[in-house]
Amino acid sequence: MNFDDTPQEAEFRATARKWIAANAPKEFEEELSKSSLGRIRLAQHDMVEVGKAWQKKKAEGGWACLHWPKEYGGRGATPIEKVIWQQEEGVYGKLTQPFQIGEGMCGPTVMAFGTEEAKRRYLPKLASGEEIWCQLFSEPSAGSDVAGLRTRAEKKGDNWVVNGQKIWTSGAHYSDYGLLIARTDPNVPKHKGLTMFFLSMKSPGVEIRPIKQANGMQEFNEVYFTDVVIPDSQRLGAVGDGWNVSLTTLMNERMSIGARLATGFPEMFEFCSNFMTEDGPAIDDRATRSKLAGWAVKASGLKYTSYRTISALSKGERPGPENSIGKLVSGTMLQDIATYAMDLEGAAGVLSGQSEEVASGQFQQMLLSSPSMRIAGGTDEILRNIIAERVLGLPGDIRVDKDVPYNKIPTKGR
Amino acid sequence: MNFDFSDDQKQMRDAARKFLSEQCSPKAVRVVLDGKAPYDKALWKGLAEMGFLGVAIPEEFGGAGAGHLELCVIAEEMGRANAPVPFSSTVYLAAEALLIAGSDAQKQKWLPKVASGEAIGTLALFEGSGNPSPKAIKLAASGVTLSGVKKPVADGAIADFAVVAARTGSSGRESDISLFLVDLKAGGVEVKELTNIDPTRGQAELTFTNTKAEPLGATGEGWSILTQVLDRAAVLLAFEQVGGADRALEMGRDYALDRIAFGRPIGSFQAVKHILADMYVSATLARSNCYYGAWALSTNAGELPEAAAAARISATQAFQHCAKNNIQVHGGMGFTWEFDCHMYYRRANATALALGSMSYWEDALIDRMRKKNAA
Repeated sequence: MNFDDTPQEAEFRATARKWIAANAPKEFEEELSKSSLGRIRLAQHDMVEVGKAWQKKKAEGGWACLHWPKEYGGRGATPIEKVIWQQEEGVYGKLTQPFQIGEGMCGPTVMAFGTEEAKRRYLPKLASGEEIWCQLFSEPSAGSDVAGLRTRAEKKGDNWVVNGQKIWTSGAHYSDYGLLIARTDPNVPKHKGLTMFFLSMKSPGVEIRPIKQANGMQEFNEVYFTDVVIPDSQRLGAVGDGWNVSLTTLMNERMSIGARLATGFPEMFEFCSNFMTEDGPAIDDRATRSKLAGWAVKASGLKYTSYRTISALSKGERPGPENSIGKLVSGTMLQDIATYAMDLEGAAGVLSGQSEEVASGQFQQMLLSSPSMRIAGGTDEILRNIIAERVLGLPGDIRVDKDVPYNKIPTKGR
Repeated sequence: MNFDFSDDQKQMRDAARKFLSEQCSPKAVRVVLDGKAPYDKALWKGLAEMGFLGVAIPEEFGGAGAGHLELCVIAEEMGRANAPVPFSSTVYLAAEALLIAGSDAQKQKWLPKVASGEAIGTLALFEGSGNPSPKAIKLAASGVTLSGVKKPVADGAIADFAVVAARTGSSGRESDISLFLVDLKAGGVEVKELTNIDPTRGQAELTFTNTKAEPLGATGEGWSILTQVLDRAAVLLAFEQVGGADRALEMGRDYALDRIAFGRPIGSFQAVKHILADMYVSATLARSNCYYGAWALSTNAGELPEAAAAARISATQAFQHCAKNNIQVHGGMGFTWEFDCHMYYRRANATALALGSMSYWEDALIDRMRKKNAA
């Protein structure tokens, strides 16, 4: 048992470190290191533009999507080399946020189901950040029950014509392409009538509207489709096989989301160490210590769980299911930590300005944003179902709509 | 990075699991639970023969000279089997105290007997309510005799020797505390068995009246040695707790698959699934914290104090959480004497208090993290 690199890993790490030292945009280092909890902001610059420049440089140096094959814009690196790269990329990894859905979900789906021509056309540009991809799965009436989606794709000659609405699409407003799942046959049970496509987000009939979120920010969009034409050559997988194709995507989503999780603990520990109550530093208070200790072992538990996964990768093994707990643990932690930090602040905890002397409003921001962490990428409840069914082997819930043709499923307002 | 046990260590775990599944069935545990024996003597002998009692004891003192990682994998299996033997008292506490502070003669006297199963040891630390603290130790040493009362002492009624924490000064500092070694079979110690929530691991009151003892380690070093012993034992006991948590989770899962209600396995209901998923989460977090503790213990790293506290807290939480929810998943059957759920519930809650309760370890963790951050 040790934390050391193998000689090959050490060599790879040294190469990566050297390249990053010579090429990273150091002017953003400080700002990026302060930007935490998944809310990345650059005061004077556009995140996407800075990110694109870094991604392009990485692609030229052979460091973009490095676990992909070389012919598709990658480096042919091993999974452990990708982990080492991420560790070395450090704060600059935050700049890759606009590309993560493409790299983590859309790219792998195109790689698995696209034609050779499509792979050579789209993947290198996705890898280099020249073209950004988004994912068009969720709908207003199909969130956790995504297989219940309504957006229709109808075959007209060699094309498909799409009508409907998607929601919660991160980055749709700056994306060039989208991965779309749509209903192609409403007469069969819901999982069987779906087909996967990709399309240009600049296609006529695509309308993107930002969603103002509960925390006041705008990071997601609604995407409307009105008679949008998609050539059949942009279909991924067989007609009616979209659900199986989507499982590839969602599996990759969980892998990639698990990679860089904020728990809020380091911020909370620092806050409690410095915040003075009437009786002294908050960290001297028994109740606060108990809370902190509980969060500390969750944070360290997640960290060392990821080390176990990395170790499996290092040995060329398939990681176990343990990484599935990450988002479930961290989402609730963020919310609990924010609530408790504000409770310590007392009456002033209500103030959320960045100029506040107490923790510059970071816990207030965390409080308002944290509900999304327990919903996006699978709700806490869906994640528990997944652990129960896929890890523990418990039977699926009885589904009353499973064998019913989609258009016979009772619904509200269709 | 290789943050995992080696193939040899995993083989040892498999061997321990196989041995315990044959020699330590729930039926065997119940013999002790029902008060028909103070501990499972046959199992204790078998553990010695397998080399498990002395796995971390150097060969020169009669052990296998393997190491603490090997002891961790065995500890996990001991917890999983709910083994009714004085393993933790003897191996994690008494033997580790001897390894840390014992003279060559003391080690030669006791460690080979520990490895061979001839001697059961324990640590006599507590004096009634409260957590480990120099102030709480009143039992007084006068030269090489001890007077005072220790309780609860785990496995105190069956132990052959005890490491005893005693007061040798009155300055109000940690240096007031020294450790002594007492041969409990030499007379001079009154032993009284105490009723406790987990009869598979006995508790006793030991009364010392001018009892002959020999110093273990230097005078005034007792508290510092004790802290090291407790940290090591925390990691090892945490592995037992993780083993127990995993077993409780398995029992709950198996029952949820088997039990039919409302025309379907109860494991198909989300209310039940989510309980079990949360049990998996807590057991997984604990296991990962324990692995870090194992690394720190086996390398004697400077991180051990923090790692031990984290492993201890996480594993205590996980075992308590899994043991209580295993009963909940079982419903009424889980509250019968006949089903094994309560054995794990008892063990989980007794173990939670064994080396100092949650508040002691929470304090320890936060103090140690602060120290590290300040450094």
